[in-house]
Amino acid sequence: MSKVEIKAPMPGVFYRKPSPESPPFKADGDDVAAGDVVALIEVMKSFHEVAALEPGKSIRFLLEDADAVMAGQVIAEMEG
Amino acid sequence: MAIGSLLIANRGEIAVRIVRAAQALGIRTVQAYSAADADSLAVRMADDGVLIGPPPAAKSYLDIGAIIAAAKEKGVDAIHPGYGFLAENADFAEAVADAGMIFVGPDADAIRLLGDKVAAREVARKAGVPTVPGSEGRVAGLDEARALVEEIGFPVMIKAAAGGGGRGIRIVQDFEAFEKQFPQAASEARAAFGDGGLYVEKVIGNARHIEVQILGDGENVIHCFERECSLQRRRQKVWEEAPAFGLSPSVRKALTESAVALAKSVRYRGAGTVEYLYDADAQAFYFIEVNTRIQVEHPVTEMITGIDLVAEMIRIAGGEKLSIAQEDVRIKGHAIECRINAEDPARNFLPSPGQVSGLSVPNGDGIRFDTMLYDGYVVPPFYDSLLGKMIVHGPDRASAIWRMEEVLGALAIGGIKTTVPLHLAIAANPDVIAGAFHTKYLENWLAGAPLSETATETENVR
Repeated sequence: MSKVEIKAPMPGVFYRKPSPESPPFKADGDDVAAGDVVALIEVMKSFHEVAALEPGKSIRFLLEDADAVMAGQVIAEMEG
Repeated sequence: MAIGSLLIANRGEIAVRIVRAAQALGIRTVQAYSAADADSLAVRMADDGVLIGPPPAAKSYLDIGAIIAAAKEKGVDAIHPGYGFLAENADFAEAVADAGMIFVGPDADAIRLLGDKVAAREVARKAGVPTVPGSEGRVAGLDEARALVEEIGFPVMIKAAAGGGGRGIRIVQDFEAFEKQFPQAASEARAAFGDGGLYVEKVIGNARHIEVQILGDGENVIHCFERECSLQRRRQKVWEEAPAFGLSPSVRKALTESAVALAKSVRYRGAGTVEYLYDADAQAFYFIEVNTRIQVEHPVTEMITGIDLVAEMIRIAGGEKLSIAQEDVRIKGHAIECRINAEDPARNFLPSPGQVSGLSVPNGDGIRFDTMLYDGYVVPPFYDSLLGKMIVHGPDRASAIWRMEEVLGALAIGGIKTTVPLHLAIAANPDVIAGAFHTKYLENWLAGAPLSETATETENVR
């Protein structure tokens, strides 16, 4: 089985939830369809959605909520 | 107690501004910084620095425990919060005082009181400051609401008491609409917020945003005249001026005196700003809120009055009395400030962090650039996009606008996109030059995409 990586398209702060009170977009172990939003990245106080480019199974996040992220950094892995 | 050493619990251009002011007063400066700001100009300039946490603000500049611990470790006498972050956080002010240090600003009680919208409105009303006509708290029912509207006139806003940030607001123009919308608004508010309580408030159309700078030492309060800040985008000020144009001497007197009366009524200590909506047609002003901190746009006031507001607030925090009497505060000429952000105005203000190159800043009489930029600096993505503030001073408004245009044309910031093109377009806008604008003007104008690359392309196709 191949591994699918989801990378941060821009630098900023990584969030797994649409708002602090909400449940995460995806829990570890969830399956993901292409186009599903999996995270938000805050760049200079503006928020940008990160969507999966391809489908995958059993997503695993490599960052904690509210961690700093660099552009191109892998934020999650899935089984392709 | 005079302040001998100061921790700056902020970043960016305001940290640089505070370090400069403190050093000029002979105060030892300690710059608090996140891991993303280790190479910042404020850290380089300050006498000492202390790491307070990782890049995200929640874990550094907003972490009260980390900042207090850093201040204790460095043994400073006082903490300056700047603006934003913890500047208006009463718990922080309290924690600083409890740790035996001085918070540069008003005490926690004043921050709490003036930071509460309803309580602040009550303070204003008691001090004789005009507030936007409307209900004092919740309206009991349709009959009471109808009587109130008969008194204040249309258009009015029906606001959900439990709403906020623009949610749960309806604007109605006449009684027919009001009778229909009021019950609807109540049930909608009940469904959305679990609370059907409603406020009614008059809509001040085409209003300008004008604010008065105040300084208080706990006994005496003076004003340093007003600023005009109507050009805003997404509730963020973009271009600010001092003084406000088009105010008659009697309106200016009433406006500034009302701010002083409000501040005196709470024995205000520190620098603060009383914000108003101004209805130019009616020449009437209405209280909005009090900001209990130094404002981003404070330099325009400094340029026209010659007062160093940051130095003054540090002196007051150290226990000194106001060094200026009201009659010594005079307006000289006109000043304008442009907030230069790392955003691309041609692409809907997309953030543009990254490395700055080819920086060239014009200088000369009446030009001031408050910034944290230096050549090679990497603008981090974690904080707001403000890079610096270009401030110009001229003998009158027309010459200040003209000078701003000239100075912005000579300013070079390479490597990243900035809002300089927006400011150049504003400076050349006939309505801006004529002073014919209000708080919605800039967004309405930007909706026509005057700066967008695609807009020009579309025109060419047509």
